Amino acid sequence: MIRIEKLTKSFGKFKALDGIDLSLEKGQAVSLLGPNGSGKTTLIKSILGLVIPEKGDIIINGQPIRNHPSYRAHIGYMPQIGRYPDNMTIEQVLHMIKDIRQGQSVLDEELYVSFGLDKIKHKKMRTLSGGTRQKVSACIAFLFSPGIYILDEPTAGLDPVANEILKDKIAAECARGKLVLITSHVLSDLDGLTSHIIYLQDGKLMFHQTIEQLQEQTGETKLNTIIAKILTHADRKQICVS
Amino acid sequence: MRTVSKYVFLDLLKNRSILVYTAVLAVLSFTLLGLDGGSAKGLLSLLNITLLFVPVITTLFSAIYFFNSLEFIELLLSQPVKRTRILLSEYGGMALSLSAAFVVGVGFPLTVMLPVTASFVLIITGVLLTFIFTSLGLLIFVLSRDKTRGIGAAIIVSLFFTLLFDGLMMAFIFTFSDYPIDRAVVAMVGLNPVDLARILMLLQLDVAVLMGYSGALFKEFLGSSTGSLYAVGCLGLWTVVPLWLALRIFRRKDL
Repeated sequence: MIRIEKLTKSFGKFKALDGIDLSLEKGQAVSLLGPNGSGKTTLIKSILGLVIPEKGDIIINGQPIRNHPSYRAHIGYMPQIGRYPDNMTIEQVLHMIKDIRQGQSVLDEELYVSFGLDKIKHKKMRTLSGGTRQKVSACIAFLFSPGIYILDEPTAGLDPVANEILKDKIAAECARGKLVLITSHVLSDLDGLTSHIIYLQDGKLMFHQTIEQLQEQTGETKLNTIIAKILTHADRKQICVS
Repeated sequence: MRTVSKYVFLDLLKNRSILVYTAVLAVLSFTLLGLDGGSAKGLLSLLNITLLFVPVITTLFSAIYFFNSLEFIELLLSQPVKRTRILLSEYGGMALSLSAAFVVGVGFPLTVMLPVTASFVLIITGVLLTFIFTSLGLLIFVLSRDKTRGIGAAIIVSLFFTLLFDGLMMAFIFTFSDYPIDRAVVAMVGLNPVDLARILMLLQLDVAVLMGYSGALFKEFLGSSTGSLYAVGCLGLWTVVPLWLALRIFRRKDL
């Protein structure tokens, strides 16, 4: 569904992405991991067309994305920080997004109800807490049941109940053959949810493997320990080389 | 994209700063017009208020609002729509709501207390200035990397056109007073939308004394009607050019 070829992007002298090659398919739940500043957000933003790559191509459903905003109809995006116009109500925000995406008649309002947003739909965005705004963002991402989900730190700031609801929803969508791309620093949240791990460091792709492969390699089952083990191993290798 | 404009407009109508702006303009208008019993003097004072308030408030407010909606603009851009459309509708909503504030705050008192042609010219001038400085606010937003620098730039730009430009103009005229610089001065006026607005208004009122050197030259060279057309044309360019530049830059901007 998403194919990325030799994607390179630098900001001044800093190389945020350095020749990334990736191929993501239907039904996968891919976790995008890496330390701060490793290029995770730049990669997501490139896919969304918010950052314009220098070199390389991004191909979604067989079409290169350059100058064709229509491909974004297949994507549901949940940003890391959701900020909305102060005086708009939840209802107005959702109406606005629906108006923009006219022509998509099938609406998935499951999260809207299960998060209880329908009961506070007349509240202004200014008065909402960070967590509630995250719920609105999640709602918007899932509203049009797109083929691809891009979720940037989806669980940050959510209460445990909402967290579970969202995780169940992600798993359900994945089972329906959607592609889900998640970044998160809370590795325990990703346990049992993801099928693939992509690890970025300094703008380079370190590895892209399935959970099973990683479990086999490391002999661990928990995502936390798998990643820790690989990283300490990699560090030791680096020290040996230098 | 009428949708986005509509919602931005609705959001801004409930914005506290816009409400205060409208109220201050209304109070000033009623007092100034009331003081002189609805004479041209009141209109002139109102002109000066407009020329100072509109550029400063519009540039600052629009730039700050655009910076604050950066995350929301990103979310909108992740929808299947063109970048230029989103930015244009943000601009539209902003320019319309600030214009509405001006029309209610200054236009309404004027139509009630002094319904003459010059009053309507003042209203149109104010609205034009609003559109111009919203364009500049948008351009600043698109060009700046972060909010602090952007707001700094907005302050400098608005003060440049309201205060600094006149000083530079004076310096220019004094330095080159031995040369025939009349035409150059007329052309230079075109570089400042605030001066253009002032001259456009004074050509209507026919108070040559208050026009200053550049205004007098303007009238001498272009006459009242051609001068007005030239001024309106320049003001139009001042709206379109920064907006066009902003859209062009935004198309390739990394967010």
